Amino acid sequence: MSVLVYTESEQGAFKKTAFEVASYAKAVANQLGTTVTAVAINANDTSALGTYGVDKVLNISNSQLDKFNANAYAAALKQAAESEGAQVVVVSSSADSKYLAPLLAVGLNAGYATNVVAAPSSTSPFTVKRTAFTNKAFENTQINTDVKIVGVSNNAFGLIENSGSASAEEFSPSIPELGVTVESVDKATDKVSIADAEIVVSAGRGLKGPENWGMIEELADVLGAATACSKPVSDLGWRPHSEHVGQTGKPVASNLYIAIGISGAIQHLAGINASKVKVVINTDPEAPFFKAADYGVVGDAFQVVPELIEKLKAFKAQQ
Amino acid sequence: MKILVCISHVPDTTSKINFSDNDTKFDTNGVQFVINPNDEFGLTRAMWFKEKQGASVTVVNVGGAETEPTLRKALAIGADEAIRVNTVATDGFSVAKQLANVANTGGYDVVIAGRESIDYNGGMVPGMVAGLLNANFVNNCIGLEIDGTSAKAVREIDGGKETVSTSLPLVIGGQKGLVEESDLRIPNMRGIMMARKKPLNVVDPVDANQETTSVSFEKPTPKGAVTLVSPDNLDELVSLLHNEAKVI
Repeated sequence: MSVLVYTESEQGAFKKTAFEVASYAKAVANQLGTTVTAVAINANDTSALGTYGVDKVLNISNSQLDKFNANAYAAALKQAAESEGAQVVVVSSSADSKYLAPLLAVGLNAGYATNVVAAPSSTSPFTVKRTAFTNKAFENTQINTDVKIVGVSNNAFGLIENSGSASAEEFSPSIPELGVTVESVDKATDKVSIADAEIVVSAGRGLKGPENWGMIEELADVLGAATACSKPVSDLGWRPHSEHVGQTGKPVASNLYIAIGISGAIQHLAGINASKVKVVINTDPEAPFFKAADYGVVGDAFQVVPELIEKLKAFKAQQ
Repeated sequence: MKILVCISHVPDTTSKINFSDNDTKFDTNGVQFVINPNDEFGLTRAMWFKEKQGASVTVVNVGGAETEPTLRKALAIGADEAIRVNTVATDGFSVAKQLANVANTGGYDVVIAGRESIDYNGGMVPGMVAGLLNANFVNNCIGLEIDGTSAKAVREIDGGKETVSTSLPLVIGGQKGLVEESDLRIPNMRGIMMARKKPLNVVDPVDANQETTSVSFEKPTPKGAVTLVSPDNLDELVSLLHNEAKVI
């Protein structure tokens, strides 16, 4: 009996979401009066997991798992869950975790709740709160199966430190046929991805043309933020599709979302509403985004953004 | 090549979301329903396979008779036939079991479903269908080419994309990128007329336990008014973000 958590790493180093899902797993384990076992795949150093409440780490080192494969990873997690007698399996909301978790759910015959924003309100029946209707509502969902899978929404639970240390042991699951083979990966390694970002700087048609994105990238640099854009901007080809956020683009659940020259169409707001604090900069005081935002500046982006960059640089220098 | 496209019947994005029966049920009163946008990208890509590679395209939905106009719209866009599994869609796992059964019975080579529906946002149905069928699976798919029994797909990953090779039978979790927004088709009059004559078969559900239950809904607490900062006083914005919001 335990809570199993999949702690994701990239090139051997844990992602921030790994510590967030570990913190979540610890909260569930406390409610159930049990311990937390983490599964780490090809991670270099797992000692940090103890800080976030993990009691035991199952280390999987296998070159077949160097590249992510949903089938293989789901099989490894299934064997770990069975070996630990896990009642609850906790995963993140990364693209990879959302890819493997439905396969794991079938393998474990487990009910699966995604986009969960809080620790269970009850463990019997096991009930969690999740976002639904593209952030227009929350749904309280009861998971009825013996084994339960919880997908935690990014930045929703936060990091909670514990004064513990984790024991580690090797775990060697059998790996099934991959079925899907990665041929090539195209990923900017020098940029923060929208999924991992705590701050996202996003711009829209108000910027008038792709040549004006220099200041957006500079603002993102100063803040250590990811850059994003509205749908019209990606449809016009000003920015790559991978930056499009909104209902049909990437979902955003950052701590801070800064929207520049974006009017705030309902499809856009639906995709970014899970962000905690929203700032809008727009010349039009009637732009719908002002109704959704926490802070607003009515002004010309071409004046406001460069000035804001200077103010933030001065602020960062003071810190 | 036989393609099955899963169609979720969802409230239009602009709909006001309300709940009834003490916040336990989604209130469909006055709500306009549409094809789930992520499914529509997949359906449009399936039309391309039909026109260029002679694929047959079946659309399927799990739901009551009220979802038939959405299936008829998919037929008007160009699907050859439709199947409605006659049961209320309660949770992702049981819907996946119905869809997997239809896919299995019909012997489809490719199943395309949207990466998630815009109502319950479960994001689990395509993967569960793949798991139940023991078929290959590509999620967040933004590009798909099929040649005989082999396929090349592009998957969106956090911070980029990857190209993968795989083989049929294949399940796709689709999204924008499979086709572009400008490729989406508005049914024309001829398509609408033809759709009326195309088969829409109603089939009985298989047994499926409800593994998750929707207990109740809540709306987010209404937002307070925006705090406006003058463009001449951006120090105040920096200070608010640091001291009040604590996000920088």
